[in-house]
Amino acid sequence: MAGTPGPDPPADGGGEARPAWDSKLQYLLSCVGFAVGLGNLWRFPYLCQTYGGGAFLIPYVVALAFEGIPLFHIELAVGQRLRRGSVGVWTAISPYLGGVGLGCFTVSFLVSLYYNTVLTWVLWYLLNSFQHPLPWSACPLDLNRTGLVQECRDSSPVSYFWYRRTLNVSADISDSGPVQWRLLLCLAVSWAVVYLCVIRGIETTGKAIYFTALFPYLVLTVFLVRGLTLPGAMQGLTYLFTPDLRVLQSPRVWLDAATQIFFSLSLAFGGHIAFASYNPPRNNCRRDAVSIALVNSMTSLYASIAVFSVLGFKAASDHGQCLDRNILHLINAFDLPEQSVSRDTYTAALARLNASQPARVAGLPLEACRLEDFLDKSASGTGLAFIVFTEAVLHMPGAPVWAVLFFAMLFSLGLSSMFGNMESIITPLLDLGVMPRRVPKEVLTGLACLLCFLTATCFTLRSGSYWLEIFDQYAAALNLILLAFFEVIGVVYVYGMKRFCDDIAWMTGRRPGFYWRATWKVVSPLLLLTIFVAYTALLASSPPRYKAWNPRYERFPSRQEKPYPGWVLAACALLSFLPTLWVPVVALGQLLARCREKTRDPLQDGRPKPRGGRAC
Amino acid sequence: MEAFLIEVDGAAIGRRRNTTCGPWGRMWIRHVPVEEVLYLVSGGQEYAWDTNEEYLFKAMVAFSMRKVPNRETTEISHVLLCNVTQRVSFWFVVTDPSRNHTLPAVEVQSAIRMNRNRINNAFFLNDQTLEFLRIPSTLAPPTDPSVPIWIIIFGVIFCIVLVATMLLILSGIQQHRRKHKGPSEMEDTEDKCENVITIENGIPCDPLDMKGGHINDAFVTEDERLTPL
Repeated sequence: MAGTPGPDPPADGGGEARPAWDSKLQYLLSCVGFAVGLGNLWRFPYLCQTYGGGAFLIPYVVALAFEGIPLFHIELAVGQRLRRGSVGVWTAISPYLGGVGLGCFTVSFLVSLYYNTVLTWVLWYLLNSFQHPLPWSACPLDLNRTGLVQECRDSSPVSYFWYRRTLNVSADISDSGPVQWRLLLCLAVSWAVVYLCVIRGIETTGKAIYFTALFPYLVLTVFLVRGLTLPGAMQGLTYLFTPDLRVLQSPRVWLDAATQIFFSLSLAFGGHIAFASYNPPRNNCRRDAVSIALVNSMTSLYASIAVFSVLGFKAASDHGQCLDRNILHLINAFDLPEQSVSRDTYTAALARLNASQPARVAGLPLEACRLEDFLDKSASGTGLAFIVFTEAVLHMPGAPVWAVLFFAMLFSLGLSSMFGNMESIITPLLDLGVMPRRVPKEVLTGLACLLCFLTATCFTLRSGSYWLEIFDQYAAALNLILLAFFEVIGVVYVYGMKRFCDDIAWMTGRRPGFYWRATWKVVSPLLLLTIFVAYTALLASSPPRYKAWNPRYERFPSRQEKPYPGWVLAACALLSFLPTLWVPVVALGQLLARCREKTRDPLQDGRPKPRGGRAC
Repeated sequence: MEAFLIEVDGAAIGRRRNTTCGPWGRMWIRHVPVEEVLYLVSGGQEYAWDTNEEYLFKAMVAFSMRKVPNRETTEISHVLLCNVTQRVSFWFVVTDPSRNHTLPAVEVQSAIRMNRNRINNAFFLNDQTLEFLRIPSTLAPPTDPSVPIWIIIFGVIFCIVLVATMLLILSGIQQHRRKHKGPSEMEDTEDKCENVITIENGIPCDPLDMKGGHINDAFVTEDERLTPL
């Protein structure tokens, strides 16, 4: 039995062969590009920094070994064996599980909407980086040209450029405001670039991926070399990577490590299934899974070294400026000659003055300048890229060059992930045969991109960034975990572990060992269930709030925490559960259809039952 | 009646004292000993602040006042400096020709504002390093190009993407047409072969009802109802 698996499902019909990769390298690069995305750059370093530096690697590796790699292997194996997109694969395993594929499809659609909006922001910054001085280096003047704009003066030029000149964010999520035409233009170009690359499916993405997957590594290396030569970089690296093992006692660390691995590998989107379905049937998917997962994690580490060295430089330069301000206070107050107190002699001079005239020194507005405080300022997500890093780039000599490189890298990182997202939307549509055979693939991809573009214009409203946070938190997280759980259960218990192992033996030449079988059968489903429960508990523990940028807030530039209005909460709930609802809906639908068929024709009892069917 | 405190090479903060410079006289002008000169490094030019520089400053202030209508007769000796410190900060007042009153602050302020640039350049300093308290500087407007740069880059990228997409679509259409012409030609030749065969036999096959002898209606429906394996 091991040599002859079940009959192959029909190739997607019309007499056209299924498209195939030009080479194994293209396939590997596509999967790596899909997995390696913006999160590797701006989420992993933040987690490392928050959770005790090097100590975070322990839960990370544990999660990778027990959750990431096994699930990844399942996706690649299932796609390669059944040679269909996500919807087709789950329908083939069992008609009752078709909802899993539809759920993956919906989540991919929602994610590509907001993911490309982030790329739009990146593109806007990229377009603005081709000038010197950079537009976020100085505040603009106010109307009568006697001073700077109030909002900018109170916060900082970088924050002002992000919140006002880019997003033009409103103070409240209910205040939508008009569509920002600048962002709309960049959104159009963003989607045009995506369309250009996915226009013929893997035929075109396979060519584009050579650039978009490899270019970020080049730029990361350049930043690494530059970053390590900047003053303050080594302090940044040592401080941020020094392990603090006490954090491992908190369960939150383990939860964040597990979710980070899960989302970092882009599991349960259906993109990897789609990519693997274009492989030749006999391909060592186990080796692919392990190597791609390891490359993804290595990239996270590599990126965090580059990021931390630049952040260390920024902290050192901020610390130096803090010292300079204090020195100025001292010199002004005590009429000392210029340059008599330098950064190195500041502490000694302060001690001397404090000993001789403590009352006067106490009256001065001196700040406490500690390098650790500046290093502790952490940021993740858009805050890291658009505020912290842009400010760091300002201090580097030749700032526009570094800004262009940085944002070009971000754009290609995001673009290669978008390819995977679009494949997980387009491949199921092609397999389902939504469009008649005569219509060329270009039209289908064009319509998909157009629909996504029109829907994503809601993120270019003034409240768009608040909605993006909602989508990011609620549309993706819970649904993906649940769908991954159903995937594992579906493959291991419905398809059958024995049959699955036979298929893998046929494809790779070796049966999966104990580690694989144990993780698939027990460890991964349990882990996923635990993560789901913990994550839901976390989300439910505090009423959902968002941080609004309100210039009229009394503690501006701190962001004002506001609760979501009722209708927004309803939207959050909808986003959280709608994609997963496909699973029970389709299962019920199939059940009803079979019952109806059975009651209509009782003579069907003698025939061999269709696969996965049950008497109702 | 008010004095201006001017600070050199200091950034934001200076001392604000509302007291006047006091009755002018030699005792109020501190003599700066030569060995305690201060070196100012600004704009790449190094020079010591001594009485000659003070003379230059007085000359610049007098020059600014002379540009004001009604004050063309201001002389250098009408400008008085006092309280000079090592930070190089001092107070100054401008008196009228009779040396009895000091000129109102507003006049001096506006005069200096008009000629701020000249005063700065005389000392190779700028608004940040040569600060007049209570005289806000008119900030230079940022250079705004007529077309923002981002639009230019945007136009370039958009055109490239559009052209590339058009090329891909056109080549796709060409491929499509070539593929469709190919199979239809093959079908024509197959039909011709069949026709040839039936005629070549000499006996036209059409009158023979081939279907009637082979197909049993009962079996047809049975076959159609079986789901393909």
